[in-house]
Amino acid sequence: MGLKLEEIKSLIKEALPDAEISIQDLAGDDNHYSATIKSKIFSGKSKIEQHKLVYNALKGKMGNELHALALKTMES
Amino acid sequence: MDQNRNKKIKDELDKHEICLFMKGTPEVPQCGFSLAVANVLKHLEVNFKGINVLEDTDLREGIKEFSNWPTIPQLYIKGEFIGGCDIVKEMFENGDLQKKLQEKQISFQEKTT
Repeated sequence: MGLKLEEIKSLIKEALPDAEISIQDLAGDDNHYSATIKSKIFSGKSKIEQHKLVYNALKGKMGNELHALALKTMES
Repeated sequence: MDQNRNKKIKDELDKHEICLFMKGTPEVPQCGFSLAVANVLKHLEVNFKGINVLEDTDLREGIKEFSNWPTIPQLYIKGEFIGGCDIVKEMFENGDLQKKLQEKQISFQEKTT
């Protein structure tokens, strides 16, 4: 179980190519991360929509392979 | 979507103004994220119904489909999905959650520290 930090980053990049992403592995177990993501694609969208874009980028891994990803999204 | 479990969720949302689908109970949360949201609601002194998804696998999967949201906790105010832990915390910190409660005409207590 778990997902490598680089894999998370590249999945997000694939869906949100302009994103500035900073991710921290909180527990060192590939399973608890915190991410801050800035993208133009978020503009005009609600927080729920913004987070859903990130979850969709992770293609169903969120809540399954990946237990915890604290998210902070913002428009760039 | 499974009709029965969809109905079970709708019934809870109809019955309670504020519903928190969580892991564990408001008294004994079983996950840090559920704890964080429960603490925000306790701080605001609003009445909420904590629904423990760990006791009901059907509900645990059902609620994720219902909102198209992959994680738990999930907060609902008068039937509207507000968000998960990150969104609720952010909204609490910038005052949007308090505004939302006002809009929905739910009284809350803003404690001064």
